[in-house]
Amino acid sequence: MKKILKNNAVQSLIASLICIVLGLLIGYIVLLFINPRGASEAILAVIKNFWNYSRANLQLKNFGSTLVKTAPLLLCALSVLFAYKVGLFNIGAAGQYVIGACASLYAALGWGWGWLPCLLFAVVCGALYGAIVGLLKSYCNVNEVISGIMLNWIGLYSTNMLLAKVKESTSPYTLHLKSAAPQAMLPTLGLDELFNNKNVTIAVPLAILIAVIILIILDKTRLGYELKATGNNRNAAKYAGMAERQNIILTLMIAGALAALGGACLYLTDFEQWSVTQSSVPGMGFNGIAAAFLGGLNPIGTIFASYFIQHITVGGAFVDKTMYSSQISDLISSIIIYLCGFVLFIKYAMNTAIAKSEDKQKQKAVNSGKGGEK
Amino acid sequence: MLLLIQYTLIFASVLLLVALGGCFSEHSGVINLGLEGIMVIGALGGALMMRFLPSGTPAFFMIVLVLLSAVVFGVAYSALLAVASINFKADQTIVGTALNMLGVAAATVLVKAINTAANPDDVSSEIQYAGAKKAFLININGFEFNWFMLIAVIMLVVAYVVLYKTRFGLRLMACGEHPQAADSVGINVHKMRWAGVLISGVYGGLGGICYILAGVSVWKFENGVAGFGFLALAVMIFGQWKPLRIGLAALLFGFFRALSNVYFGFPFLMALNLPGSVYNMMPYIISLLVLAFTSKRSRAPKAEGIPYDKGMR
Repeated sequence: MKKILKNNAVQSLIASLICIVLGLLIGYIVLLFINPRGASEAILAVIKNFWNYSRANLQLKNFGSTLVKTAPLLLCALSVLFAYKVGLFNIGAAGQYVIGACASLYAALGWGWGWLPCLLFAVVCGALYGAIVGLLKSYCNVNEVISGIMLNWIGLYSTNMLLAKVKESTSPYTLHLKSAAPQAMLPTLGLDELFNNKNVTIAVPLAILIAVIILIILDKTRLGYELKATGNNRNAAKYAGMAERQNIILTLMIAGALAALGGACLYLTDFEQWSVTQSSVPGMGFNGIAAAFLGGLNPIGTIFASYFIQHITVGGAFVDKTMYSSQISDLISSIIIYLCGFVLFIKYAMNTAIAKSEDKQKQKAVNSGKGGEK
Repeated sequence: MLLLIQYTLIFASVLLLVALGGCFSEHSGVINLGLEGIMVIGALGGALMMRFLPSGTPAFFMIVLVLLSAVVFGVAYSALLAVASINFKADQTIVGTALNMLGVAAATVLVKAINTAANPDDVSSEIQYAGAKKAFLININGFEFNWFMLIAVIMLVVAYVVLYKTRFGLRLMACGEHPQAADSVGINVHKMRWAGVLISGVYGGLGGICYILAGVSVWKFENGVAGFGFLALAVMIFGQWKPLRIGLAALLFGFFRALSNVYFGFPFLMALNLPGSVYNMMPYIISLLVLAFTSKRSRAPKAEGIPYDKGMR
C-alpha cells in the first residue's frame, strides 16, 4: 500500500482528484450563496452534462459534441505542457490557437484549399507565431508570459481584421464551412454516424494520437531529453554543448504548432463560426493551462483532464438559468487551476506523512526487538 | 486634441496605479501575474458600491466609499496570491494565471446572480453607474478632469516615499533582492512579502475601478480588463521597477492606448485609412517592441519568483 502511495504518478493522480473535489465543493458553496434552493441540482447538472438528457441517442450526440471541443482543448493543453516541461509558461497558447483558427479558416474560405493543406497551413502559422515568443525570450530576455499575452491580443485583432474578408454579409460570423468550402471539412471516417453527430471528425483520434507522440518525444528521444535539460538549467545545458537558444525557440515553435492545430481542429469541423467582432481572446488556450496542470503534466493524464474540463464547461450550460449562470463552470475550472498551485505542497505533505508512519513502524520494530531480548 | 490628452492621462493613471502595485509586489520578491484579476475584482468592488449607494449621496462620500470598496476587494483578493505563493510556496506563475481567470469568472457569476435576483429576465453581466460616475468628473472648458488623475499622482508620490524614504520600504526591497540576508538581520521575510502583495492589491484595486470609470458608464464584467494588468507589467519593466520612471512609461503607453479611442478625431490618421483593429493592437505592439529593446538590460529584483525557504543559502 505504501509503495503504491510513494509512486509519483499515483501521488499526482491523488493530488488532481483532491483539486477536482475541492473545486466542485467550492463551486457548490458559491451556488449555495447565490441561491440555496437549486444549488444541488445545479452542481449535479454541471457534473452530469450529457446525462441530463434521458434519451440514449441524445446522450450520445451530446457526448460527441463534448468530444469535438475536447480535441482542441487537449491540443492546447499539450502545447502548455510541452513548453512547461522545458521551463516555459506558454500562456500564448490562447493566441496561437486563434492564429490556427484564422489560418485554417482563411485558407479554406478565401483560397478554397482542401482540409489537409488548411491543417498544415495552420500548423506552420502557429509555429511561426510561437517562434516570435521564443526569439524574444532567447535573444532579448523578454518574459514569455508577458510577450505571450501581448501576442494573444495582437493575434485576436489581426484575426478579426483578416476574417472580416470571408464573413457573411449580414452577420459578423464567418461563412459556413459546409456550404462555402465543403472541401475543407475534416473527414469523419464514420465517426459522425457512430456518434450520430456530424461534427465528430478525425480531430478527436488525431488529438489523442498526438498526445501519445508528445509523450514519446519527451520521454524516449534525444530531442526531448535535451529540451528538458535546457528547461532544468539553461546554463548547464549550454555547458554540456546543447544549443540552448535554439532549443527554446524550437520548443515554442512546437507549442505554437500544437495550439494552432487545436484551433484548426475546431473550426474545420464547422462546429462554430468565428465572430469577427469578438473583443476577448477565446478561453480555449487558458483552459488548456487548467487541463495541463490537472493532468499532472503527463500527456496521458492530460487527455482525461481535458475531457473533464470540457465536460464541466459544457455541463455549465445545463444549470437553471433563472437562478445561476453557465459561467459557474469557468469558476470551477479556475478554482481548480488555483488549487493546482498547491499540488507540490500536497505531494510534500503525503511524503512527510508516509515517512512519519514508516519511522513509527521502525521504532515499533526496534522496541519490540528490545522487548524480545529481555 | 484635448480629448487625446484627456484619454492619455486617464489611461496613464490606470497603468501607473497597477504598475506601481506590481512594483511593490516584485520588490518584495513575489511576481504578481494576477494583477489583471485583482483589477477585475477591485472594479467589481467599486462598481457594486456605486450601484447600491443611493443616488443622492454627496460626491465626496461617493468617491471615498467607492475607492475604499475597490481597495478592500483588491486587498482581499490579493491575499489569495499571498497565501499560495508565500505560505505554500506554490508556483507564482500558475497561481497568478489562475487568479486572472478566477477574477473574471467570479465577477461574472456574482454580477449575473445580482442582476437575475433583481429581475429574472436580466441575465447580463453588466453594472450601470452613469449617475455615480459624475462624482468623479469635473468639466474644465471641455476637458473632463477625472479625480483619478490626481489620485494616481498622489499614489506615485506615496510609492516613491514609502519605497525609498522609509525603513519599511528599504526592508521590503531587501526581501526581493536577498531574502536570506534580510532574514539574517532579523527581518521577517514572510511578513514583508505579505505586505508587498497586499499593497499591490491596494494599487491593483484602485487601478481596476479607475479603468472602468475611464471611458464608459456601463461595464460588462465578462470582458475582464483586456490585458491591462499585463500592459502594466510591461510598463513596470520599461520603468525598471523605479516609481518615477514607471510614471513616464505609463504616459507613453497611455498615449498609444488613448489613440485607439480617439484616432477618428484626427484627419491625417483617418486619411491613412487603417482599420480600427490596427489602433486596437497598437498598445500591445508597442509594448512588445519596448520590451524587446529594454529587457536585455533589465534590473529585476534578484530573488523575485523564488519562494523563500529558510534552509537555502
